[in-house]
Amino acid sequence: MTTSGGALVKAAPWNDPNARPYVQVDRITKSFGEFKAVDDVSLKIYKGEIFCLLGASGCGKTTLLRMLGGFETPSSGKIFIDGEDMTGVPPYERPVNMMFQSYALFPHMNVEQNVAFGLKQDGVAKSEIQDRVATMLGLVKLGDFAKRKPHQLSGGQRQRVALARSLVKRPKLLLLDEPLGALDKKLREHTQFELISLQDKLGVTFVVVTHDQEEAMTLASRIGVMNQGEIVQAGTPSEIYEFPSSKFVADFVGSVNMFEGKLIEDEPEYVRIGSDELGATIYVSHGISAPPEATVWAAVRPEKIFMSTAAPEGTDNVVRGAVQDIAYLGDLSIYLVKLPTGKVVRVTQPNTSRHAEAITWDQQVYLSWDATSPVVVTR
Amino acid sequence: MNTAGYMRRFGVTGRGLVVVLPYLWLLLFFVVPFVIVLKISFSDIDLAIPPYKPLLEWVGKNSLAIKLDFNNYAFLFTDRLYINAFLNSIKVAFISTVLCILIGYPMAYGIARAKPATRNLLLLLVILPFWTSLLLRVYAWIGLLKANGVINNVLIWLGVIQDPLTMLYTPFAMYIGIVYSYLPFFILPLYANLEKMDWQLLEAAEDLGCKPWQAFYKITLPLSRNGMLAGSMLVFIPAVGEFVIPALLGGPNALMIGRVLWDEFFSNRAWPVASAVAILLLILLVPFMMWYQSVQARESAGAR
Ligand SMILES: Nc1ncnc2c1ncn2[C@@H]1O[C@H](COP(=O)(O)OP(=O)(O)OP(=O)(O)O)[C@@H](O)[C@H]1O
Ligand SMILES: [Mg+2]
Repeated sequence: MTTSGGALVKAAPWNDPNARPYVQVDRITKSFGEFKAVDDVSLKIYKGEIFCLLGASGCGKTTLLRMLGGFETPSSGKIFIDGEDMTGVPPYERPVNMMFQSYALFPHMNVEQNVAFGLKQDGVAKSEIQDRVATMLGLVKLGDFAKRKPHQLSGGQRQRVALARSLVKRPKLLLLDEPLGALDKKLREHTQFELISLQDKLGVTFVVVTHDQEEAMTLASRIGVMNQGEIVQAGTPSEIYEFPSSKFVADFVGSVNMFEGKLIEDEPEYVRIGSDELGATIYVSHGISAPPEATVWAAVRPEKIFMSTAAPEGTDNVVRGAVQDIAYLGDLSIYLVKLPTGKVVRVTQPNTSRHAEAITWDQQVYLSWDATSPVVVTR
Repeated sequence: MNTAGYMRRFGVTGRGLVVVLPYLWLLLFFVVPFVIVLKISFSDIDLAIPPYKPLLEWVGKNSLAIKLDFNNYAFLFTDRLYINAFLNSIKVAFISTVLCILIGYPMAYGIARAKPATRNLLLLLVILPFWTSLLLRVYAWIGLLKANGVINNVLIWLGVIQDPLTMLYTPFAMYIGIVYSYLPFFILPLYANLEKMDWQLLEAAEDLGCKPWQAFYKITLPLSRNGMLAGSMLVFIPAVGEFVIPALLGGPNALMIGRVLWDEFFSNRAWPVASAVAILLLILLVPFMMWYQSVQARESAGAR
């Protein structure tokens, strides 16, 4: 898991209350009949960002993107791009290009013509069109396929044509709907870095829809996590990963061990949580705001759990269990450890040495973690 | 051995039958009549029943003579009547096709873009006229168009005109009749084509800077070309040989090849000349039919 944000927006304008957002989504709702596909979403996206909308299938990502592109009229709320109210502005007059989830390539045109379409429409000079199309096709590694029709391409190749077609116009704002879903891992990573460098070079602002959290982590300057039409948390990849604001986000981004419990000590500097599920107390070295006696959840990432055969010191943040299953992934291994309470805890350990004194099946181990590791969420 | 076994022994299988049946049909109802007409077109006219001389004749004891009379064809090119009728038929069919495109395209487009529930209703309305006979519908147009017909009466009642307009027995009435009758044949194949269209392509075009009409011109129109061609052929080909509508609505001056055929056959009893006209008409239309076939093949192959 990469947790370093991809797009480097140096100044972090989202922390600056005076910074002017490039895209401002102001309390947008979109209803289809009774059903709210997008529910009261507000967002500020700054120039040069790669903003990822991350969420499960059907949570409203495409609908939100289509409203930015002008293909869907919001039921209520407003969208501003570069300070201008976009209400009633048709797609062809917005400084925006979109890559469609279904690609929407023109079947009667070959790859080259598809990519050149937008430039031709803008009346760009012929020689320049040729240059830019050729460069773009080189970038997405489709130079040899320029004369093919879309139905003669593989899914991944089509996706790259769609990507090239939306990039070639160098819009100020690019909307990408699942831009890399059909690519294999190598090509996906390659294209991710190409997108980032392109973004650096051209200063384009990206809004990228994805349901792949790893992709979001790699690409994004910030991630907006969506659930059932709402943005549940927006922040940098590390904020989202390290400080999820809810069970949903903690669970959705990366894998996590969630221990339900009750606050037994609530001080400004620390809290202590008693968890029946864990069979131990959890000590967290920062205060939280929750009513006393409230049910809370402590989320601990698998890579932040230490596993040892010898008992660590102290009684907080320590449990004992038996190794139930091991999955070897090469760079790291995943251990599933069953606690006496029946709860199964997921632990990952890097495989640093080739002949580690191996922990094996059914072995009794101690699990422990730092007081800074758990994130406490109240919902 | 049972019957099935016998049949198989002689190469008759269920699948074979399925393949053979359409050919049998074609042979019986197309090839045989065609050969008969072809034969008559080379015969001499005769005052007899049937009114032509046989092609084959026994001369002497053991020799059979074939006598082919090409005069019937030559005759068609000497009398301007026939050439004019051919040209006029093509002109009328062409104009009717253009009118069908102009009227039918928006209709097919509207149906294809309508909500599924409305779409079925609209399609039903397009097909509905087929439930009554063509002849009845053409007679209904006479009722609408004639001097004291519905349209004139309404216009006079509204005070738009004082004297009734002459509409019946004019080219205008004939075009109304043809376009009205053939419009569904244009709309249905075009609709079938448009219905398969991915409308997101239009969004993509607009996204890339096209205004809606530009998107239509650059995306929808080229992608619906095959449907449009198929529909046009279905109007053009039968309209060239159309007889009933010009005869009933077009009046005596509507010189169309179908009319000439009828006159030669029934009034002049010149079967050989009539047959030659028919054969020539067929030859004229074969390229269009072949074109239609290739368009159809391309359409069903899915390649655009
Ligand atoms: N035109 C429409 N009419 C009715 N419901 C719609 C329409 N478009 C989308 N929806 C519904 O809105 C919800 C959100 O759809 P959307 O396409 O935005 O999801 P998504 O987050 O992009 O999902 P995926 O990851 O599968 O692409 C879905 O439940 C969908 O069924
Ligand atoms: Mg989607």
